[in-house]
Formats: sequence, C-alpha cells, structure tokens
Amino acid sequence: MNQTETMKEKEMVDAQAGPADPIMDPPASPSATATVDALAKRIDAEDLNIYYGSFLAVKDCTVSIHPNKVTALIGSSGCGKSTFLRSLNRMHELIDGARVEGRVLLDGMDIYSPSMDPVLVRQQIGMVFQQPNPFPTMSIYENTAAGLRLNRRRLKKTEIDGIVERSLRGAHLWDEVKDRLEKPASGLSGGQQQRLCIARATAIEPEVLLMDEPCSALDPIATLAIEDLINELKKRYTIVIVTHNMQQAARASDYTGFFNIEKSGDPGVLVEIDETEKIFSNPSLQETEDYVSGRFG
Amino acid sequence: MAGSAVSMPLGEGSGVLPRRAGLLVFGISAVASALLCLVLGFSPFVWLIFTGLFSLVTITVWSLAVEGRRRALDRVMTVVIVEIFVLALVPLISLVYTVVSEGLARFDVQFLTEDMRGVVGEGGGAFHAAMGTFIITAFATVAAVPVGVLAAIYLVEYGKGRLKRSITFFVDVMMGIPSIVAGLFAFALFALFFGPGIRLGIMGSVALMVLMIPIVIRSAEEMLRVVPNSLREASYALGVPKWLTVLRVVLPTALAGIVTGVMLAVARVIGETAPLLVTTGSIDTTNLDPFDGRMANLPVYVYEQYKFPGVPPEAFIERAWAGALLLILIVMVLFLAARLISRRYGVEIRR
Repeated sequence: MNQTETMKEKEMVDAQAGPADPIMDPPASPSATATVDALAKRIDAEDLNIYYGSFLAVKDCTVSIHPNKVTALIGSSGCGKSTFLRSLNRMHELIDGARVEGRVLLDGMDIYSPSMDPVLVRQQIGMVFQQPNPFPTMSIYENTAAGLRLNRRRLKKTEIDGIVERSLRGAHLWDEVKDRLEKPASGLSGGQQQRLCIARATAIEPEVLLMDEPCSALDPIATLAIEDLINELKKRYTIVIVTHNMQQAARASDYTGFFNIEKSGDPGVLVEIDETEKIFSNPSLQETEDYVSGRFG
Repeated sequence: MAGSAVSMPLGEGSGVLPRRAGLLVFGISAVASALLCLVLGFSPFVWLIFTGLFSLVTITVWSLAVEGRRRALDRVMTVVIVEIFVLALVPLISLVYTVVSEGLARFDVQFLTEDMRGVVGEGGGAFHAAMGTFIITAFATVAAVPVGVLAAIYLVEYGKGRLKRSITFFVDVMMGIPSIVAGLFAFALFALFFGPGIRLGIMGSVALMVLMIPIVIRSAEEMLRVVPNSLREASYALGVPKWLTVLRVVLPTALAGIVTGVMLAVARVIGETAPLLVTTGSIDTTNLDPFDGRMANLPVYVYEQYKFPGVPPEAFIERAWAGALLLILIVMVLFLAARLISRRYGVEIRR
C-alpha cells in the first residue's frame, strides 16, 4: 500500500490501474477547469519520510496534489495527517529535532533543496491552523496586512488598503468588519477569526493553501461558511485540508487521501488517495472502506 | 464568608445562618473585645487577638447549633484563613503606618526642594538625594534592560544545548548575589582604573545593574514563554523570517508583561543601600553628574541622617523618616504604574 508513486499524468492512466496505485488524474472535465482564474501550482511529494527525532511519524509518502483542487486528508488521530501537511511548507522542521527526508516538488522545484529558503517557501505555501490565531496586538486591518507589512514589502497605503479589502471580501468577511477595521481582532467570533486568518493567509497571494482542521473549533454554521469559502478559493489556490470530519471531506474536496497507522507507535502511511467520490463510494482497499463507513477509527 | 449556596436537605442541622453571619460575628467580637480592653486597659494588639479568638469561638458554636458539623467546619476554616491573612498583613500595615506617621513631620516643600548644603541643624531637604536616586537608577535601568531582554529572547527563542543551560545557571547564580557583593564588585572594578577611594554615581549604577539584570531576564523570559506558539507559527506561515517574527509578533505581545517586570526590578533595586554606600558615597550638595564625584541618594541619605545625627538630633531623625517615606512613595508609584501598564496595554493571551 505504500507503493503509491508519482506519475506523469498520462503514464498513469495507461500503465497502472491497480488498487496499489490509487493516484488518479485530475478529471478532464472542462467545466471544472473553466472556472479557474489562474492555474495555481501543484505539489508532488516523493518518498517522504517525516521524523520527530528518531521517531518516524510518516513513512514513504508519495502523492500528487493537483492544482486548483481541494485535497482532503482524513484518518484517525495521530496517523500523521497534520505532520504531513506541515512538511509541505517546511513548518514541520520548526519543531526541535524534527526533520524530513525525501522531496517535495512545488511545480517541479524541490522545496527541500539546500538552496531553498524556507521563508520563501512559506510565502508561496500559506497555512491556516486549527485554532484561529489572529495576532492579538493587531487590529483587523493590521492582521490582514500582517504578511505584507512583516515582510516589509514596499507598498503604498492605498495598495495595502486594496489588498486588505480584496482579501477580506475573498474571505467573506468584509461586510461584517468594514466598519471596524481598526478594532482588535480578538473581538471577533471564532468563525470570523478563522475567516480573518484565511484572509491573512491569502493576502500575500500564495500558490497553495494548507488548512489544518480549520473548522474543528467552529460551530456548524461557521463551518459551512468556511466550506463555501474553500470551494471558492480553489479557483485561485491549490488547497490541502486536513479534517476529522468525513462529511466535510465528502462535501468540500475533490480528492481525498486516507492516512492510517498499524498500531500506536508505528509510522503513519498514506493508504489510498483518489477522487473523493470514489473514496467514499467505492474505495480500492478494504481498510479505507472500513474507515469511511465508520467501522473503525 | 458566605456559606455554600447549595442547600443540602440531607445530614444533620437543617438551618442556615443569615447572610454575612461571618461579618456580623467579626463586628460583634471586635466591639465586645474593644470594650473589654478598655475596661482592663489592654493594648490594641491584645484587642486584635481577642477579636480573633472571640469570633472563632462564636461562629463555631453558633454554626454547630444551627447548621451542623459539616458547615461548622467550613466556617471555622474560613475564619482561620481570614485571620491568618490579617496576621500576615500586620507587619506591612505597621510598617506603612510608622513610616507615614513619623515621616509626615518633615515631608514638606522644603524637604523636596532643598539639599543639605550648609545645613547643620534643622531645615534642609533631600532634593539632592532624590535626584541622585533617580539618576543612578535610570542609568542602571538603561544598561540592564537591553541586556536582560536580549538575553531572555536568546533563552526563549534561540538558545539550545549547553550554552542555554549554562546561561540559565549563571542567571540563577546572579539572582543569589548579595547586594553588598555587587557593590564591592563595582567598587573593585572602578578602583582598578581610578585607584582606591574613587566615588562616582555611575559606580552605583553598575552595582544596581548587576542586581537588576537577572531579575529582568527572569521576568522577561517568563513573559516571552507565555506568548502562544500558535502566533509564532502563524507568522512563520506567512513567510516572515524568525527575527522579524520575534521583533514584530512575539515582543509586542509580551511587551506589557516585560514593562511590568522591568518596573518591578526597578522597584526592587531602588531601595538598595549597601552597594551604594560603598560606591557612590554621600554628599550634602546636589550633584547631577554621575561621572563626576560623589552622588547622594535616598537610601544612603536615610542611613546617614539616622546613623550620624547632629544637634538637635530630632531634626536628623525626622529627615531620615521623611526620606524613608519618599522612597516608599516612589516605589509605590512604580508598582502602580506597572499595574496600570499591564492592565491598559496587556494583551489577553489565550493558551
């Protein structure tokens, strides 16, 4: 089950179609690509082994993440979904002793090559976290502009104003906060804060947006708002979302990857990744079937 | 003092004492023992003890009779804890009361605006000492805060391994340095260059700086540690380099706490006497240049006035008390400022 391999798209369809090789092409439906504003970048992970010190947390993960699609990662707790996600924008290595072996290609460019600056990687691959984490010292406006300001991009005030408004509109937050942009962000509700974090992440216009259980701290209505937003964001960005909520994966994603571990202490592995519809209706592996139908995990 | 709000139908004793029964008992006991002390001619201290004992006994008996054993025990423990708290406050209240009552006699405009030049008996003031204390402490703070805050940033954000451990260890050691040793260190340091007998205001600043640095490091370290990691991660995820993250995200979030810590460190060293005694010396005239000769300061001023009274001695003793009062007021203002700053600018940190 670990023999999942990155494939050039054409080879894959003809050459291999077994359960051991579940990566599929993006569906060549013209309607799906028609709404895309601009093609975002794709990510290919190759033989990724992710460690915490000497502990192997994720083993031999090879996966392609398609541009302008939502890829959901599901699996039980502790199976390495979040760890894998954090390795895609080099956030994993911030933890003491954590390291990654293998390659992660962003449109063919290895983000783990020695010449690559992790700071530049993170500017292209943004991230939204489980807990909404707006900067408490900053106002709503400053939070949205934080990525621009902190990176000291030389921009005129009017340009920043424009980006802030566009990002907040993009996050469906503008109408709720336009009259109180100078108020501290901590005054917003949890769902609003999470949308603010999405606006903050998109303000620097990354290519890829990683979301680590972005709705787990939110109520169902705020969750739905975020899911709608994700559906719109994929026009501009490639999105990878980790979720514990299988309905959410089924609703909001185009592809779904299933992570699992044999037993506690073993490394997590990517069992299967395929089109969401297939994973939830007719997965190739019994293990996946058991999980998505709620028989374990 | 209010009993448990939940009414329990089970168990012995069904009644409940009236609300504020505890306060009532305290009040009655206070009045009763005051009368007793007046009749028998006892001191206020005895009155305090009587009040405590009376209220303890009364509430126990009353509660046992009405409420039963379980609540009576709760009442007893509450009263005991409150009384021990009051007991702990006695030294503080007594100290403040004594200093205020003794110090007010000379706490006047003359005291605040004049120095001791040419004063042999009554009159004179502590202007020179107050200014000296401000200048010496200010120089010490200006030197200690950057060192302390940067060291704390290193320890929390960057340090690892042996260097971090040894710095932590030496900060602990510095915490334990007796203040006189810090003073002798400053004295020895300057004596190396300028010969023995040198007395400068800045020497006092160096001594106080040695005492301040570990306090600032400790408090700033503590404040930086409570900044949630999620904020650092949010910043990194925006592609912000580490040093900018520390500067623009972590430090502003911890700023109010760090400022409070610095204020408390200042309050802690501003009353140091021993290190200043050996470094700044004392002088009767106003000297505002810390690099030129002896410099008066409040702690040493108080010490000298009290230790070497002239004629009439009351004038000197009164000036000593007034100096002590001034010092306490300065420290109190600093504490209040620290509280205000942390309340006004403090960021609510969710963990």
